[in-house]
Amino acid sequence: MRVPFQYIIRNLLVRKVTTGLTAGGMALVVFVFASILMLDEGLKKTLVNTGEINNIILTRKGSDTEVQSTIYRDQASIIETKPIVANSVDATPLLSKELVVLISLQKSNAKQQSNVVVRGTSTKGFELRPDVQISEGNFFRSGSSDIVIGSAIAKEYSNTNLGDQIYFAQRLWTIVGVFDAKKTAFDSEIWVSREQLMQAFRRKNFSIIVFRSTEKQSINTIQKEFDSDPRLSLDVKLEQDFYKDQSKALSKFINILGMTLTIIFSVGATIGSMITMNAAVANRTNEIGTLRALGFKKIEILTAFLIESIVLALIGGLIGVFGATFMEFSDFTTTNFQTFADLSFGFVMTPIIALKALIIATLMGVIGGTFPAFHAANLEIVDALRSK
Amino acid sequence: MTTPIVEITDLRKSYFRGEQVVEVLKGINLKVSEGGFTALMGPSGSGKSTLLNLIAGIDKPDVGSLTISGLDISSLSENDLAEWRSNNVGFIFQFYNLMPVLTAEQNVELPLLLSDLDAKSRKSRSRTILEMVGLGDRLDHYPNELSGGQQQRVAIARAIVTDPTLIVADEPTGDLDRNSASDVLNLLQRLNSEAGKTIIMVTHDISATHVANEVVHLDKGELISNEASNK
Repeated sequence: MRVPFQYIIRNLLVRKVTTGLTAGGMALVVFVFASILMLDEGLKKTLVNTGEINNIILTRKGSDTEVQSTIYRDQASIIETKPIVANSVDATPLLSKELVVLISLQKSNAKQQSNVVVRGTSTKGFELRPDVQISEGNFFRSGSSDIVIGSAIAKEYSNTNLGDQIYFAQRLWTIVGVFDAKKTAFDSEIWVSREQLMQAFRRKNFSIIVFRSTEKQSINTIQKEFDSDPRLSLDVKLEQDFYKDQSKALSKFINILGMTLTIIFSVGATIGSMITMNAAVANRTNEIGTLRALGFKKIEILTAFLIESIVLALIGGLIGVFGATFMEFSDFTTTNFQTFADLSFGFVMTPIIALKALIIATLMGVIGGTFPAFHAANLEIVDALRSK
Repeated sequence: MTTPIVEITDLRKSYFRGEQVVEVLKGINLKVSEGGFTALMGPSGSGKSTLLNLIAGIDKPDVGSLTISGLDISSLSENDLAEWRSNNVGFIFQFYNLMPVLTAEQNVELPLLLSDLDAKSRKSRSRTILEMVGLGDRLDHYPNELSGGQQQRVAIARAIVTDPTLIVADEPTGDLDRNSASDVLNLLQRLNSEAGKTIIMVTHDISATHVANEVVHLDKGELISNEASNK
């Protein structure tokens, strides 16, 4: 490219208003695109990070969610005796039999109620998930109507201070603690004594069983072992994979919505860029004629205008990515279509997302700039020189 | 007559104006000597600017032969012609045609970007030429910070920075006051007499022809006289 880069940059700078408006339009598209990808990344990160790497989760065969699953007490007794289940420090199986139910709670900033997961568990549930730590107050006492709530629940729902009482399953439950689950899906849950929850909901069976495996066997080997016992018709998954799978439907929805918005916005921004570049060509017809007369070739003029369009788009792209990084300071709560429970997650920016957003910006620049650049390169020199 | 640098034989050029064909040049025959200073004169629409554009290689004839330094430029491809222009022709326009977003130095450096010179040599050469035209103290000035005469001198510096064989000037004094016009004409005359540059200049101004050593009159697309100037 022999047309000086400074010529391109200064031409953008002297047209401050049009450059600003066009770059602003592009920034908006890139902002939306990057934010959607960040949301999807946040969702995946929240659900992928949920659970421990060596934890195995058992659900009834064919159940996609914990709420749908049922594990009978006699099945649970058999599982507890399996050699693959690691022992806790007190020599008892490191295994948690859990009941998972949904309740409705009033959000603090909305009129409607939202579904919240209530997990009936025991101290073993905490032991299996060392990332879940009480940040305020205490653990619930076994056999009591105490509950501990995730940090996202404490933030987004009304009457969720320590000592407040929540009514569900025809009982008042007292909040005795808040736990921090390091921005995983557990942060959007309420944990309670399993036996109390089973009584309150009149349930005899558990929803899931989570255990720590003694050795690193492939999940297929463990599945085969369970399949070989006709009494245990269960699905076996790594706990992290189980929660990751729960992000699929919502992730797909976010991506489709995001892509639709991005496509619609980007068409507008690309047309804006095309108009700006066309105006640039029209205003500089005489300059183009002069450059061609001096000996610059058509391809050099085409490249110069195309680069100008790309630079313009990249300015917008960088502004958009910069703006999107501020989304990391906010959280997003929505219903997970698979579990029907509310899930709180943040926006997460990664280098790949920034790169993808800048690629989108570049594409808009290329598409928006191609026609005007082609037009500029193909102007007749004599006609261009006559232009004022 | 010394060796001709420009040899034009039966040159014709027409344009379409709507559906009407306008014959602008009707079989021009002309020779311009190497190191000469030729003024093309004639009323508006006589075809002088068209003839200059053809000689400069920014337009192509319909019929006829147009040879510059022995090369038939009408047979060159678009890219070859662009390269030929960058190496052989220096342009001076009536309205200077400087890039408004580049400084005087950057404007002069522009044609050198098409050469093999490195950045340091390009800069040094641009500065030398600007000093030669008396604008050594205006290197970093943008065109809108210069007077018309100064802008035309920057344009002249740009035209000669590549040391071209031929300088074409289209009404170089047409937009200047009397004093600035006189400065520009004197500069062109120096380039011709001291640096030996061949100059072809289109002008309306009879007084501008005193710097030329040959005046060619055109009217209605035909060459009506070709006379030595009485300078």
